[in-house]
Amino acid sequence: MKLRQWKKIASLVIASVMATAVLAGCGSQQGGTDTIRLGANLEMTGGNATFGGSAANGAKLAIKEVNSKGGVLGKQLSLVIADNRSEASEAANAMQKLATQDKVSAIIAPIASSSVMAGAQVNQDNKILAISPTASNPKVTVDPATGKVRDFIFRAAFIDPFQGSVMANFATKSLNAKTAALYIDNSSDYAKGLGQFFKETFVKNGGVIVSEEGYLQKDTDFKATLTKIKSKNPDVIFAPGYYQEVGMIIKQSRELGIMVPFLGGDGWDSAKLPEIAGAQALNNSFFSNHYSPDDNSAAVKNFVDAYKKEYGQTPDAFAALSYDATMMIVEAMKRANSADPVKIKDELAKTKDYAAVSGQITLNATHDAVKSAVIVEMKDGKQTFREKVNP
Amino acid sequence: MDFASFASQFVQQLVNGVSLGSIYALIALGYTMVYGIIRLINFAHGDIYMLGAYVGFYATTMGKLPFLPALIIAMVVAAIVGVVIERLAYRPLRNHPKIAVLITAIGVSLLLEYGGMLLVSPQPRTFPPVFGNEIYNVAGIIVNLQQIIILVISVALMIILTYVVNRTKVGKAMRAVSFDTDAAKLMGIDVDRIISYTFAIGSGLAAAAGVLVGIYYNSIDPLMGIMPGLKAFVAAVLGGIGIIPGAMLGGVLLGVVESMVSGFISSTFRDAAAFGILIIILLFKPSGLLGKNVREKV
Repeated sequence: MKLRQWKKIASLVIASVMATAVLAGCGSQQGGTDTIRLGANLEMTGGNATFGGSAANGAKLAIKEVNSKGGVLGKQLSLVIADNRSEASEAANAMQKLATQDKVSAIIAPIASSSVMAGAQVNQDNKILAISPTASNPKVTVDPATGKVRDFIFRAAFIDPFQGSVMANFATKSLNAKTAALYIDNSSDYAKGLGQFFKETFVKNGGVIVSEEGYLQKDTDFKATLTKIKSKNPDVIFAPGYYQEVGMIIKQSRELGIMVPFLGGDGWDSAKLPEIAGAQALNNSFFSNHYSPDDNSAAVKNFVDAYKKEYGQTPDAFAALSYDATMMIVEAMKRANSADPVKIKDELAKTKDYAAVSGQITLNATHDAVKSAVIVEMKDGKQTFREKVNP
Repeated sequence: MDFASFASQFVQQLVNGVSLGSIYALIALGYTMVYGIIRLINFAHGDIYMLGAYVGFYATTMGKLPFLPALIIAMVVAAIVGVVIERLAYRPLRNHPKIAVLITAIGVSLLLEYGGMLLVSPQPRTFPPVFGNEIYNVAGIIVNLQQIIILVISVALMIILTYVVNRTKVGKAMRAVSFDTDAAKLMGIDVDRIISYTFAIGSGLAAAAGVLVGIYYNSIDPLMGIMPGLKAFVAAVLGGIGIIPGAMLGGVLLGVVESMVSGFISSTFRDAAAFGILIIILLFKPSGLLGKNVREKV
């Protein structure tokens, strides 16, 4: 008898808890009536933490500016940040949380291509769009298995073929390089993509790839491979990885007496790079990026001033692109006149000639941003604007 | 490839390999000493190495200390932490099945890694320049000052260790405990105290390796101990686990093999080669290069 009574009470309690949860769920789906929630699935900790931190700052700045001008559709915006710890598996979990628990209207997707891809299915299943500020691997928006465009995945960045070929053209035309070595982060889809497209363009320009080597994230000793690369005497070395390993690679190369230029992509863009490599060692190295704070267009200047005022530092490309991505969502919401995720998605896909901080953005059929790139040169530990390359 | 360039690349890879290997050797010594005494693979050892690197980092940046005092402080702090870990996590399980202690060791390892992330943030840190960056070019072979310092300090620590183990009373007691714990106890040796000493010395050596690596590669993070910890374990097994000269030999050998594999075969094959060695050694000579085949006492 006693047991049965206990069971009754327990089931009552469970039922009421579940009912509350359901009601609460209904409530949050509507969103507080006066705010529209946006999500951000970013690298707040882990190896790419400086990227995620900048991107979060950029998104927050955009939201603050929109809110101070009265918000969107008469409502204020709020930002829910989920940390993906710079890991692809965590990125999928964070995406799930934003889509199903936080019920946001749109999501700023991770920085790293691998992480966006890991969460992409969650976006497709839950019909919530994700726009990555910087993921530049083509496979992010086009499912490689089916060849179809993932209709809920977008990016505010140009893609690897463009970035890789920009650097290859820069190597042949501006640096007169005839031979190149590739030293690629094998654990990153982004780096492998850049390496492949650099190689294609460089060979088309008449250059020769004399050596192709790889490393893995978290490696610390690169001297053995660098010694091998040195023996091949390349004119330039293309190392499209992330700043932590690239910093060590450049430091160790210079120690081995490899003085040729190093080239890379936007994964280099971090204040940690000169700290790890050393300002001296970084001289004579170049990377492609989405924007440069030294660019003197009005959009860049306004953004740099506002960002400096808010955070006391110069915004990097991650901050700029995340700001752009957030603004693109806001613009799409305005055009759709709705906070419904599917309607926002339809309008976002139509983005054309949007005057963003990182240039005029048009989204093409595969949801990639078509816009200009800049080449940044490292001089005594400082990033300096070298040239702008149009698509 | 003509012979001259092959030869110079070979010697350069040898230099690269020895400086990498002496780090593995320093970490492997701690593994092997602890195993020799209490038959435990201390998986938290790689994280003690990380801890040492961080103590060294804070001593040089916040404490503004020069290299040697910072190194000694890191070794002392790590030694104390090593003893505390043994006292709290391993000693209460002394008479339990070996597997219980092994799993506890993995737990301690994860605690140090993620506790470290919480305390110092997962952001990589960079050491301030501690030594000059002089580069010596000897007939095309490039050696820098840091590599020389790493080698000198590693060799000096190994000589001191060999002296302590072979010539002092504590060392004699360690060897006795390692040989037969029960008999050592009957002879009046305080076994618990000797085990504490072993953990202190092993942890101190790992911390020294951590500081040297931090300065050499100029980047430390809370998960930096995982890979070197595993590699050092391979090195210890390669030389013969429980045998001190074996750890030194195994460490240097592993470093050289890794350099040669990435230099002459393929850089992506390097880790596969390192762990392939572990499998081959376990299959064909489980007691290691310097080990004798001894029947397990039952």
